[in-house]
Amino acid sequence: MEINTKKIIDEIKKINNEYHFFNHIVDKKDSSKIKFLVSVKDCICTKEIPTTSGSRILDGYTPRFDATCVKRIKKAGGRIIGKTAMDVFGFGSFCVNVGLDKKIPLNPFDKKRCCGGSSGGAAGFTQKFSELTKEFSVGHIALGESTGGSIACPASFCGVAGLTPTYGRVSRYGQIDYASSMDKIGVIAKTVKECAEMLEIIAGADNKDATCVDKKKNFVKALKDVSKKNLKGMKIGLIKEGFGKGVDPEVEKVVKEAVKKLNLDVEEVSLPLTTKYGVSVYYLLAMTEASTNLAKLCGLRYGQESSVEGVSFNDYFTKIRSKHFNKEAKRRIIIGTFARMAGFRDAYYIKAAKVRTLIIEEYKKLFKRYDILISPSMPITAPTFTEIEKLTPLQNYMMDILTAGPNLAGLPHLTIPCKKFSTKGLPIGMLLIGDHFNEKAILQVGDYYEGLKDE
Amino acid sequence: MKLDKKQLQKIAANARLELSNKEIDEFLPQLQEVLDLFSVLDRINTDKVKPSFQPIQIEDVMREDKIKDCLTKEEVFFSVKNKQDSFFKGPKAV
Repeated sequence: MEINTKKIIDEIKKINNEYHFFNHIVDKKDSSKIKFLVSVKDCICTKEIPTTSGSRILDGYTPRFDATCVKRIKKAGGRIIGKTAMDVFGFGSFCVNVGLDKKIPLNPFDKKRCCGGSSGGAAGFTQKFSELTKEFSVGHIALGESTGGSIACPASFCGVAGLTPTYGRVSRYGQIDYASSMDKIGVIAKTVKECAEMLEIIAGADNKDATCVDKKKNFVKALKDVSKKNLKGMKIGLIKEGFGKGVDPEVEKVVKEAVKKLNLDVEEVSLPLTTKYGVSVYYLLAMTEASTNLAKLCGLRYGQESSVEGVSFNDYFTKIRSKHFNKEAKRRIIIGTFARMAGFRDAYYIKAAKVRTLIIEEYKKLFKRYDILISPSMPITAPTFTEIEKLTPLQNYMMDILTAGPNLAGLPHLTIPCKKFSTKGLPIGMLLIGDHFNEKAILQVGDYYEGLKDE
Repeated sequence: MKLDKKQLQKIAANARLELSNKEIDEFLPQLQEVLDLFSVLDRINTDKVKPSFQPIQIEDVMREDKIKDCLTKEEVFFSVKNKQDSFFKGPKAV
């Protein structure tokens, strides 16, 4: 298809001046055949396109290779349009912890509100560009990444679909790691079908990633002729703890109405361990892994550098890291370093890993009986920046209460916007969680809900 | 676990971070709050439980022991300032 990329890029720049969805826009002439446009979260390496994971410490780093998922997208006819804004290294639920000197993306429904994080730019731009798809005759899909909810949260706050696949479904080769046992590259798109199409392209074994598993795909095939008749017999568990205390009453009401609209076999289920310990386990393990992963960012080989003359070995690394990591990165590195120090490792890191086993077992027990589990994606709608400023770091972390569990258990989950909005006109997301490698079930129910008539 | 200023500075030094006095004053109560959250894990018995360092079963990926192409020197040293004679140059260790 011949596409006027100059006109599209000009429009993207115009949007970006207003909303700051991108850290970098690829502004070059294209002669190749383009089938669809793709924005890539800034933690995923793109050949000859600056990649910083949102952090100033990686300013100046331009990868000489594509991540495996990017390579597959290009082979399928995707044109990379830019690198989307994010919380630095994935450290955030509101996309306000952007790196030093970087701009915070604004919610497409209300510029005084956040996009959600950490894939905020991806979700915000997906919503905004969906208004222009007809004009340009080409679609856009975003690559996001989730460690503790960084696809579900912004997709929910920006009113788009967000698919986090099973851990190991998509190669992490070329992704700048946050927490290696929890990072998952996924998709943010306007529709569930587009999520399935993109997952079909990027999923699959990769000998460059030892944690990538070879499993059957056919996500697109699974969505052919989705109807109530085909979903008959599917059992849904409605997570009790996803409603009530700590959840905005409007969110609760809208999600429960959406579940009722599905008109499928629904029963209430409970995840007491996950609810009580999920956030603690997630943050302990994630921060510990992150503190190790970020040790390589030290002012050598890539990103920020300064003069190595006349400075001691430790001082060089200490000065450059202290100057270019933002506060949230420093906090998480410190907690993670503490949790794996001699004398504390067993009580914190190993303990958390053991409770993780119990959380996974709690989910697996439910999946013996239920095909999917449902809860709201986030306990609130997108907050204003003023509201976010008043939160302590701990209050920020507690926002992951509904997404921490499926993420640390490596379960696939899909957020879809409910057909009703809040009274303030803000989108509300419903989260569908499947068993390991059962993306088919959540995609089918999500696609089915999308196809139901609006009230 | 009660965190004090001296411990915080020691942990930061281990992580190759230097905190200003302002950052120390700001971080101490914030980090204490987070550590207090983690203490909830003390209440759960995990005596007979094995730790999960991965959420799914992972198997090693093997390949033939044959030389393959990798990044060229030009690609490796692209935009690197601290370099000398095909080596990365770092601060003096000794």
